Amino acid sequence: MMPDLGKYAETVLSSYAVSILLIVALVWWSVRAARKAKLALEDVEARRK
Amino acid sequence: MGSIWEYANPVKFSQTVSRFLAPVAMGATVCLVIGLVWGFFFTPDDFRQGATVKIIYLHVPAALMAINAWFMMLVTSLIWLVRRHHVSALAAKAAAPIGVTMTVIALITGAIWGQPMWGTWWAWDPRLTSFLILFLFYLGYIALWEAIDDPDTAADLTSVLCIVGSVFAVLSRYAVNFWNQGLHQGASVMRAGAITGTDTEEKVSNVFFYPLLVCIIGFVLLFVALVLLRTRTEIHKRRTRALLARERMA
Repeated sequence: MMPDLGKYAETVLSSYAVSILLIVALVWWSVRAARKAKLALEDVEARRK
Repeated sequence: MGSIWEYANPVKFSQTVSRFLAPVAMGATVCLVIGLVWGFFFTPDDFRQGATVKIIYLHVPAALMAINAWFMMLVTSLIWLVRRHHVSALAAKAAAPIGVTMTVIALITGAIWGQPMWGTWWAWDPRLTSFLILFLFYLGYIALWEAIDDPDTAADLTSVLCIVGSVFAVLSRYAVNFWNQGLHQGASVMRAGAITGTDTEEKVSNVFFYPLLVCIIGFVLLFVALVLLRTRTEIHKRRTRALLARERMA
């Protein structure tokens, strides 16, 4: 299944690893910040009621 | 169909985000998985570049999004400066971390790709240099937002910075056309003549182009989904700050 990357295996795999890691980190950070901001707003709105 | 300006209303914008976020995120995931799996597992090696050609499925979409994110920030910054819609300023702020991530991916994958192909990780080539300057502008833009307490002043100053930085976004895109020198190749993907086959210059073969196109669509949808999510987050934060300020005043 794994394609034969030959002498460039390290080059290709490191590119994919770094890129996927950065994208996953960005998504995780964005989702976490969104949840936190939503909860904080709900908390303040609940206090006002 | 209402006017686009109705989305300047934070409530309307947040409602729209709630409706579209899941499908856009799903579309991004599907396109990225299909494009990357297709490109990585089911495309042949290039006759000159060998297996390193597989880096194209990350490098090109990331570079495209790095530049286009800045253009999106330019448009929303101009809307802020002209019409003073807060959502547009917050959308620009929300896009910057996504843009800088795409710029980092493009720079790192470019360096990793360049080492075996050019014999060097880095060269002071027009496109590479303008991209590095674009990266520094992204950092400066994010730092400026963080450095100023008053959100409207921060939006004003970052909008001006965004307009200035647009010069380097344009240079990043067209540097190879302005200066016919350097290691980085010219446009061979998003060139109308190359795609239709009406020009004689070398173009990306269709066997690589189709999975690349799917990856580009995936990156665009990912960008849209993250901008929507992050803009809504900024709206929530702004609303929370306003309510807390009201509480303190009472």
